[in-house]
Amino acid sequence: MKLAKIMALVMCLSLLSAGLAFAGKDLDAVKKKGFIQAGVNGGVFGFGMPDEKGVWKGLDVDTARAIAAAIFGDAGKVKFTPLTAQQRFTALQSGEIDVLTRNATRTLTRETQLGLNFVHVNYYDGQGFLVPKKLGVKSAKELDGATVCVLPGTTTEQNAADFFRSHNMKWKPVVIENTTELAKTFFAGRCDVLTSDASQLAGTRAVAPNPKDYVILPEIISKEPLAPCVRHGDDQFRDIVDFAVLAMINAEELGITSKNVDQMLKSKNPAIKRFLGVIPGNGKALGLDEKWAYNIIKQVGNYGEVFDRNVGPKTTLGLERGLNALWTNGGLMYSPPFK
Amino acid sequence: MTDKNASTSRKYLKPPVTEVGVLGWLRENLFNNWFNSLLTILTIYSLFLVIPPLIKWAFVDSLWFSDAAACRDIDGACWSIIPANARFIFFGFFPEDQQWRPLTAMILLLALVLYSQNRRSWNKLLFPIWTAGLFVMGWLMHGGLGLPVVETAKWSGLPLTLMLSLFGMVGAYPLGVLLALGRQSRLPAIKSLCVVYIELIRGVPLISMLFMSSIMFPLFLPEGITIDKVLRAQVAIIIFTAAYIAEVVRGGLQAITKGQYEAADSLGLNYGQAMRLIILPQALKIVIPPTVGILISAFKDTSLVVIIALYDVLKTTKVTLSNPKWMGYSSEAYLFLAVLYFIFCYAMSNYSRKLEKALHTGR
Repeated sequence: MKLAKIMALVMCLSLLSAGLAFAGKDLDAVKKKGFIQAGVNGGVFGFGMPDEKGVWKGLDVDTARAIAAAIFGDAGKVKFTPLTAQQRFTALQSGEIDVLTRNATRTLTRETQLGLNFVHVNYYDGQGFLVPKKLGVKSAKELDGATVCVLPGTTTEQNAADFFRSHNMKWKPVVIENTTELAKTFFAGRCDVLTSDASQLAGTRAVAPNPKDYVILPEIISKEPLAPCVRHGDDQFRDIVDFAVLAMINAEELGITSKNVDQMLKSKNPAIKRFLGVIPGNGKALGLDEKWAYNIIKQVGNYGEVFDRNVGPKTTLGLERGLNALWTNGGLMYSPPFK
Repeated sequence: MTDKNASTSRKYLKPPVTEVGVLGWLRENLFNNWFNSLLTILTIYSLFLVIPPLIKWAFVDSLWFSDAAACRDIDGACWSIIPANARFIFFGFFPEDQQWRPLTAMILLLALVLYSQNRRSWNKLLFPIWTAGLFVMGWLMHGGLGLPVVETAKWSGLPLTLMLSLFGMVGAYPLGVLLALGRQSRLPAIKSLCVVYIELIRGVPLISMLFMSSIMFPLFLPEGITIDKVLRAQVAIIIFTAAYIAEVVRGGLQAITKGQYEAADSLGLNYGQAMRLIILPQALKIVIPPTVGILISAFKDTSLVVIIALYDVLKTTKVTLSNPKWMGYSSEAYLFLAVLYFIFCYAMSNYSRKLEKALHTGR
C-alpha cells in the first residue's frame, strides 16, 4: 500500500512537470465537451451526498453547479464524480475531473507539490470538541486526562495530539475508523470527548439520542479553509472557478437573491449593474457570457441561500454562519469588487 | 398357555416411550451421558438468553414502514430504513424516471441465469440467446436507440454489483482455463508468461489492483484520455479472479492420470482436440467445488469497489447511513445486506452441488 502511494506520488510529480506544457487547454476542453466534471465527496451530509432519489445535494455540489451556470448558463451541465480522500487529487491531475469541490483543505504543500490551484474558500471549518453537558466542562483547556474519540489517519488526530501536548495535558485517544461507529461509541459513553471538524460535530450532535445533552466547546484548534481547486496550467479556467464562488458571496453583499435577481436587473446601483452584466465588461474579461453572474444567482442562489439550504440552522446539521458570515456580520466572507 | 397369552398380548405392546419418537431421539442424541446433557442444558439456556430479546428487537418492537422520526421513539429494530431508501440502495444514481430500466435488466439477467442452469438448455441456442440477452441489457442500462443515454458513472446499486460479478466470472473463467493450460505448456515462453502472470496477480491483494486501476492507471494515460471507471474496475476483477481460477484448474489437470493423455495421443487427437474432448471435461468437473468457492468469493469481493468510489449495493447502503436522518441504524442495514448476499451465495453453492451430482459419472 505504502509503495503504491509513493509510486503514485512520483507519477503525479513527473506528470506535473509534463502537464505544464498544456497551458490554457482546460477551459476549451470543458466548453467542447459541453459539461463540467466535478469531483465531490460521496458521503458528507450537507456538503456532498446523494439524497434518497440519487440527486446530489450539498454546499460543495451547489458550488460546482454555480461554476456550470457561469460557463454554460445552465447549472445542470455538471456531472459529479464521487471520490475518496486518496483518489481526489489524482483524479484532478489525470484530467478525470475538471474541478474538485470536495471539502479539501487548502495547504501549502497541496498548492505547490501536488500542483493544485485552490480558489476562494467556500467553507471555513476548524476542529472542535463535542462533550456531554453532564461532564460540566466549559472549555477545552479543562479536558486534562480525557478519553477522546477520534478518526485515525487524518489531520484531526494530529491536531488533537498537538493541542493536548501544547497545553501540557494528558489524553487517551480512542481511534475508530468509521464516522458512524465513532459517533455511536461516543454516545454510548466510551469516551468523554468527540473531536472532529466543527461542521461534522454539529451533524453528529443532531443524531444524538438527545441532542440537548451535548455541547460543542468554544475552542477551535485548527484552521480548515475548505476550497474548490483546479490543476495548474489554465489560469483563465482558475479565474472563472474563483469568481463563480466569489459571485455568490458578492451577491449576498449586494443583497441579490435568486428571488429578487430579476428586479435587481433594473437597479440603479452601478455595482449591481456591473455585477449582473447590465453594464457589460466582466463577462468579456473572464471570457464568458455577460449574464454569467446573473445565471449563477438565478439558478443556484447567493452564498447565504446556498448555506441555509444545505447546512444552515433550519437543516438537520443546524450550523450557524460563524466564520462563514459576511465580513459585515463578523465573518470572513469578503469579495473583491466586481469591476 | 399363560406363556402364549403373555406373548400375544406383548406383541401389541409399544416400545417404552423413552426409547422411540421424540423422547427417544432426545435421549439418544442430547442426553445420552452426563456431559452431553450438561452441554444441551447450557446450549438451551444460552439460546433462551439470546433468542427472545432478538425476536423482540427484530419483530415485536420493530417498525417496518415509517419515517425516521418514528424510529427514534422505539427500542426495536428500525427496518424502515430499507423501504424508505430502497430506491437509492437498489438503483443509486440511475435517474428516477428511468429506474424501470435497471429493474428490467436485472430480471432479464436472472431469467437468463435460471434458463441456462437447466442442463437441457445447454445447446447451440444458448450462445445466441445470451448474446441477445446481454445486448438488450446493455441497451437498457446505457440507453440510445430511443432511450435516453445514462452514462456508466450513474450505474450503481444492485445492478452494478450483479454486473461486476457476472461479467467478472464469465470473463475470468475462460481466461483462467487458458492460463492453466499455458502453465502446463511445453513452450517455455508461454509457460513462463503464465507463471509470472499468475504469481504476480496472486501476490497482491484485490484492493491494490483496484487502487492501481483507479489511481495509478489514469496517470499513465495521456492527459485528456480517460477510460471508464466501471470498466477499469471490471477488468481488474477479471484479471484478479482469473489467476485464482487458473491455479484451481491446474489442480484438476494434474489430477487426470497420464493414461488419459496417452490415450488421447494414441487416438491421434491433436492438442486442441485432446484438451477439448478428453482432458478438460474431466478436469473441470473435478474442480467444480473449489471453482465455485472462488466464484463466490469473487462475488463478495466486488463490494471492495467501494474504495474506488463505485456505488455498489454496499456503498449505496452506507451512504444512506451517513444521512443524519438514518444514522445509527447500521445494524438493520447491514443485516439486510447480509441476507441479500447470502441469497446469492447460497444459490450459487446450491447449484454447484446439483451440477456435481448431475455430472457425476461414477469415476
